[in-house]
Amino acid sequence: MKLRQGTFSFLPDLTDAEIHTQVQYCIDNGWAVSVEYTDDPHPRNTYWEMWGHPMFDNPDAAAVVFEVNECRKQFGDYYIRVIAFDSSHGWESIKLSFIVNRPKDEPGFHVSREEVKGRSMRYSIKSYATNKPEGRRY
Amino acid sequence: MPDGSEKLTGKARYSAGVLEYKKMGYWEPDYEPKDTDIISLFRITPQDGVDPIEAAAAVAGESSTATWTVVWTDRLTACEKYRAKAYRVDPVPNSPGQYFAYIAYDLDLFEPGSIANLTASIIGNVFGFKPLKALRLEDMRLPVAYIKTYNGPATGIVVERERLNCFGRPLLGATVKPKLGLSGRNYGRVVYEALKGGLDFTKDDENINSQPFMHWRDRFLYCMEAVNRASAATGEVKGTYLNVTAGTMEEMYKRAEFAKDLGSVIIMIDLVIGYTAIQSMANWARDNDMILHLHRAGHSTYTRQRTHGVSFRVIAKWMRLAGVDHIHAGTVVGKLEGDPATTKGFYDIMREEYNPQSLETGIFFDQHWASLNKMMPVASGGIHAGQMHQLIHYLGEDVVLQFGGGTIGHPQGIQAGAEANRVALEAMIFARNAGDDYLQNGPEILARAAKNCTPLKQALDVWKGVTFNYESTDAPDFVVTPTTS
Repeated sequence: MKLRQGTFSFLPDLTDAEIHTQVQYCIDNGWAVSVEYTDDPHPRNTYWEMWGHPMFDNPDAAAVVFEVNECRKQFGDYYIRVIAFDSSHGWESIKLSFIVNRPKDEPGFHVSREEVKGRSMRYSIKSYATNKPEGRRY
Repeated sequence: MPDGSEKLTGKARYSAGVLEYKKMGYWEPDYEPKDTDIISLFRITPQDGVDPIEAAAAVAGESSTATWTVVWTDRLTACEKYRAKAYRVDPVPNSPGQYFAYIAYDLDLFEPGSIANLTASIIGNVFGFKPLKALRLEDMRLPVAYIKTYNGPATGIVVERERLNCFGRPLLGATVKPKLGLSGRNYGRVVYEALKGGLDFTKDDENINSQPFMHWRDRFLYCMEAVNRASAATGEVKGTYLNVTAGTMEEMYKRAEFAKDLGSVIIMIDLVIGYTAIQSMANWARDNDMILHLHRAGHSTYTRQRTHGVSFRVIAKWMRLAGVDHIHAGTVVGKLEGDPATTKGFYDIMREEYNPQSLETGIFFDQHWASLNKMMPVASGGIHAGQMHQLIHYLGEDVVLQFGGGTIGHPQGIQAGAEANRVALEAMIFARNAGDDYLQNGPEILARAAKNCTPLKQALDVWKGVTFNYESTDAPDFVVTPTTS
């Protein structure tokens, strides 16, 4: 399966030049861009690991693309995403988030069902990869 | 010079009998509205021969303290304060016989936090008033002091996005079709296919409640199976608006609790349940971390005609106070009513922290929202992937685009329809961010994206050129200030 999180997961994987256009858009809007990675792609895993702080005051998209590639060198078989934060009052959250790196093999998720009272069901979603400890998943 | 509309005082004012409203104190042309006043703007169409100022004063009177005759018991109260005051009457541009009447109401006339109370005053008694041919509530200015008596949307746009882990693009939805007749099992099939194919949400339609062909519990159970399967298949948070609209509050609470127990992220209600029920459900949603979707079922009965009823911009303001997270607000390009400028006004009311006066979009007053959460507008009805550039241009990024027929009617099936919409959307957002003139180049951007996506190519072929170009019945009336060149 292909993990569909992020703004552009239905497009072909982005090239570095394409990543640059999106990052520049974020910078031009005054948003701080950062890089994050994880080997736990659960849809509700909010906190991916931070590859450094958000790059406040960075005017250059190339610097972000550089960091993406540095992150890839160390975590090439992890999910890596680029995130842009808008600190404006009334938003103060993420404005854009897109995946820039994936493991070669994406085993996907398993739905477990627990029959409870009546015909009700309690569902749980688990990543096949997270059966293994962190760092040995992909 | 006296013109016959001067306010009377003392004995002359309170002698038994019938007086013109404008003489009773409901017309005060010198009145300066206070920051804490609620202001209503009515479009009045007086009967032939009725003085527009008297008509405006009558509306002020009947929506506040007056009755048809003088009552001495007024003098036991601080009646000057409680009288609504018509303070300005302007002819409507290019519409003979119609007038914009501005009426100010003191804050003490209203109970805190009750849309029912607000509406009972403002629209409770005046719309059938005989001296008027027609009456329309066009806009309201709500003072911050009044707004602060409401909680507003519990989730709002930002937290909804955080909860769904979805940023930077409009959300995608689809209403399950046919809207009546599917069994629970078949209904869940549509939900599964659409969500797996790439939509974020599916939606019950306004009249899907609990009918002989599908009991509500069946629908909820099968839908949540579909939601969880689709979530696992894509790694995304998915949702389906489970419509909990029912005949009583008790039943609605019961259905909402069941939706919560099954793990749904969102429930839905219809506007026809009434303002009090909406506020109650908003409180329930706040207590249960639930996104609350409002389908504006029934609104066109009173929002559509330009001379009579209540403008949707007012309904939108009331609903932001009442505290729904989603609200249908028009598509501009789809099959339902929606002049572009008027629709922009609705969207601004839902999504902005502050609305400056903007007559061209129908916003008559500066409106502060006092940090009340923003509502996510929902665009639904007759839209398809081929319009993606126009939809983003008119509606922006914080909106749910609902492609019902435009997903389920795809020649290669529902998943393909959903994928076509998602690819079209992502390609268009990518192009916009990359600095492309996406509105101008929209068709080429879509054609390029379709090279990697057969379902999108098929969608573009099938719905190419489907548009709904009818004149809008509801458009703002204002005069463009001529500019010298």
